[in-house]
Amino acid sequence: MSAGTEARRLARRRRAQSWRHGWREFRRNRSGMAGAVVLTLFVVMALAAPLIADADGLSVTRATGGVLESPSGAYPLGTDDNGRSVLTLLIWGSRISLLVGLLATVISILIGTTVGLLSGYFGGWPGAVLFRLTEWFLVIPFLPLAIVLATVLGRSLVNIAIVIGVTSWPGTALLIRSQTLSIKQRAYVDRSRALGGGHGHLLARHVLPNVMPLVFANTTLTVAVAILSETTLSFLGLGDPTRVSWGSMLQDAFQVGAITTGSWWFIVPPGLCVVLVVLSFTLVGQALESVLNPRLRERR
Amino acid sequence: MTGLLRIEDLSVTYRTEEGDVPAVRGVDLAVDAGEVLGIAGESGSGKSTLASTVLRLQPSSARVSGSVRVDGSDVLTMRWGELRALRWAGASIVFQGAQHSLNPVRRVGTQIAEPLRVHDPRATDDTVTSRVGELLEQVGLPAARAAAYPHQLSGGQRQRVMIAMALACRPALVLADEPTTALDVMVQAQVLALLSGLVRELGVGMVLISHDLSVLADMCDRIAVMYAGRVVEQGPAAEVFEASLHPYAGALSAAFPRVGDPAARFAPAGLPGDPPDPRYLPSGCSFAPRCSRAVDACREQVPPLEEKRPGHAAACIRVGEP
Amino acid sequence: MSLPAAADPGVGAALEPPAATGRPRGYGRYALGKVAGSLASLGFVLVVNFFLFRVLPGDPARTLGRGRFTTDEQLDAFNETYGLDQPLPQQFLTFLGNTLTGDLGVSLRYRVPVSELIWDRLWPTLMLVGTATLFAALIGIWLGVHAAWRRGGPLDRISTSASLTVYSMPEWWLGLLLIAALSVGIGPLPGLFPTGGLRSVDADPSSLAGVLDTAWHLTLPVFTLTLAYLADYALVMRSSLLDEIGEDYLTTARAKGLRDKVVRNRHAVPNALLPTTTVVALNFGFVVAGAITVETVFSIPGLGLLATEALEVPDYWVLQGVFLVASAAVIVANLAANLLYGLLDPRVRT
Repeated sequence: MSAGTEARRLARRRRAQSWRHGWREFRRNRSGMAGAVVLTLFVVMALAAPLIADADGLSVTRATGGVLESPSGAYPLGTDDNGRSVLTLLIWGSRISLLVGLLATVISILIGTTVGLLSGYFGGWPGAVLFRLTEWFLVIPFLPLAIVLATVLGRSLVNIAIVIGVTSWPGTALLIRSQTLSIKQRAYVDRSRALGGGHGHLLARHVLPNVMPLVFANTTLTVAVAILSETTLSFLGLGDPTRVSWGSMLQDAFQVGAITTGSWWFIVPPGLCVVLVVLSFTLVGQALESVLNPRLRERR
Repeated sequence: MTGLLRIEDLSVTYRTEEGDVPAVRGVDLAVDAGEVLGIAGESGSGKSTLASTVLRLQPSSARVSGSVRVDGSDVLTMRWGELRALRWAGASIVFQGAQHSLNPVRRVGTQIAEPLRVHDPRATDDTVTSRVGELLEQVGLPAARAAAYPHQLSGGQRQRVMIAMALACRPALVLADEPTTALDVMVQAQVLALLSGLVRELGVGMVLISHDLSVLADMCDRIAVMYAGRVVEQGPAAEVFEASLHPYAGALSAAFPRVGDPAARFAPAGLPGDPPDPRYLPSGCSFAPRCSRAVDACREQVPPLEEKRPGHAAACIRVGEP
Repeated sequence: MSLPAAADPGVGAALEPPAATGRPRGYGRYALGKVAGSLASLGFVLVVNFFLFRVLPGDPARTLGRGRFTTDEQLDAFNETYGLDQPLPQQFLTFLGNTLTGDLGVSLRYRVPVSELIWDRLWPTLMLVGTATLFAALIGIWLGVHAAWRRGGPLDRISTSASLTVYSMPEWWLGLLLIAALSVGIGPLPGLFPTGGLRSVDADPSSLAGVLDTAWHLTLPVFTLTLAYLADYALVMRSSLLDEIGEDYLTTARAKGLRDKVVRNRHAVPNALLPTTTVVALNFGFVVAGAITVETVFSIPGLGLLATEALEVPDYWVLQGVFLVASAAVIVANLAANLLYGLLDPRVRT
């Protein structure tokens, strides 16, 4: 009994140590740190939206500005076609873009990790079937499938997250599968199996903890893709029509001809925000990957 | 006299993130035309680094000092054009592991022909093709095998292709870096016999690198034994093998009674401990921690390589003592 | 000269005619396996297609004809026309038969067969994506090769960070910016390119002027897609060349006295090109998918614009047709990539 708690404490200490070590490595990665800082700023902005910008600014009927006014003291980023402040839209839009991105990622990672774990862990036909399924899903082009799904399911915030989630998991599944396959070969898994550990115990105690760091790094990369997808789907008019996101702002801008009128303030800022956030997630994800996989570190 | 290959006070240090790693430390070696010099030592003793430095093929992270002269001209300082002309035409290499040393997506004939065309731009297709066929037949392969890709050949055949390639431009010096690792014992013996036969027949000077002292004793005129980046013993082949002076050379010759036992490569029998980590070399004689004859004086100063018998030198202060 | 050659077990085998018997069988079996895999994928796509349009919506007629039917008779007529009143297995067989004979239904909006519509709209898309792929592959491979060969050098740093940035950008947003800057013009600068479409109203498509006019219209969209693909290819080429750089056969090539450039172009690049070729061919399969947004932004009447137009109606049979073609394109490109890889890599071919 005491031996058990002792071992658990040791394991916990070792895990804490490796996290600390990883953090030190991560801090040395300059682009990864830059990405982390930018992300923190955006998250703070999204959380503090009610404090920075009045939610009334989102209402079309209560808009105070003129149509497509260029930037001024009152409207630092000008106004949209309804006379709303673009800056207010941008700040509130960050909430929807980040929220949908995160929600979609959770769905994608859940499906991808489950399928990957099971197809890697169980040999024989169940594993083979899951693997085939993953490969098939990889073949289906994302955007057409997403469009079809979004049309069939209807347009709402949750639906768009589901659409992105169920179309973006195969990559994660393949990655997790190969990692699971290599962990399965390790001696301690055999030993645990010989000692009578069931499938559930092996998966939860041995395979999952070892796959987790990889899942973690992959998650940040998936968020980048998910936010990009959300923007594109919203731009095509498949987002929640009642909420403002960066993608829906660009859809608006495109539809009212902000390009021909030269209203750059309505086109540039939302896109720039998308690029910044996606790039930051990508940089953080790559930094995490290289911390977890020293062979990759040579590469970048 | 200039000699074919003269290496003087050569040191090679790899710069890595974890600090400097000295691979070769102050080595002097000489090979005359038609002579075969064997270099023996465990993995990590610096013998492969030595071979690649002769053609200035060391990685860019390596810092090199001393001099390497081939036919009197200094390889380390010569201009790129001269160096390219020297490579393969003046001195060629038979690399270890032909599996990876041949380009997997080009036919072996093309690869043998490549140096012929590079070093003789006026060569016609006909002369090149017939020379390739001649080379393949010289190493016991049918000329038609020129059309094969590396993966279609057996390990022994690939190594034969490497040898044919090394002889293509009729170099005066061939460096053979463990030419038979990863081959079956039988095939090893055949490839070695082929190599030494051709070298003698063509009058080529050769540096043969191996961890197997018995093989070197059979094939070489002289042998140099390397340990932790230094030459610790050098002399006539038979004498080094049968009447070695340095305790390490003694352990090596005791460890390899026959050709190619892969397990013995890493842990010579009767020799306790591992080769030292080159980053943290012990003071004094590097071999002292593993040496059964070491005394306090061995740990204090580095023993110089001195002639103990005519033409036979060793770096050990205990030679001649009881 | 006495050689111990005869004793080498490999040499006896070497006397046989080299691989004359092995070659066709090796590649044939490889190709056959790939074709079978593609057919299986195609089957899967058909099942997904059926599921998406007939099963998932619950009551397809109501969903598909949202707001279109005012009376029950109309609804029944619709159901009958499309066989939606039959049990699902029966429906699936009908669907399978129709699809395989090229019957993809009739567009609700244009009142013409979907297959005709798709055939007409295929060419602008192929032209746009094909040209962009070609440019992107050439420039991307060049960039990737030079970035990897001088890793950490100025070109590497610039090209890698630029690639990452473009990678993080919705390509249609890039298109919007280009239209704003180069078609509409900034301030006093006039627009240089048309804002969209495939040709001017008065252009005769069969004359040289008409062809040039189309090229003129395609410049910006092709440029946009080229940039988007370029980033991908440059990164792939870079990393596959980096995989080769440590290989021993490059040391051999250097030892032979080859110039650095020859070592790179004759030995390293051909090996590194193998994975890149696969990626390029694979990406070409995503033509339709990739063109959707760019065609929308530049209003080019291709498959992508067809899909977004169908969204507004919504024109289900058109969506289904485009989805089918888009998936089939990926499968075909996948197969082509595999077959090509087999031809280029002697380790697979022989």
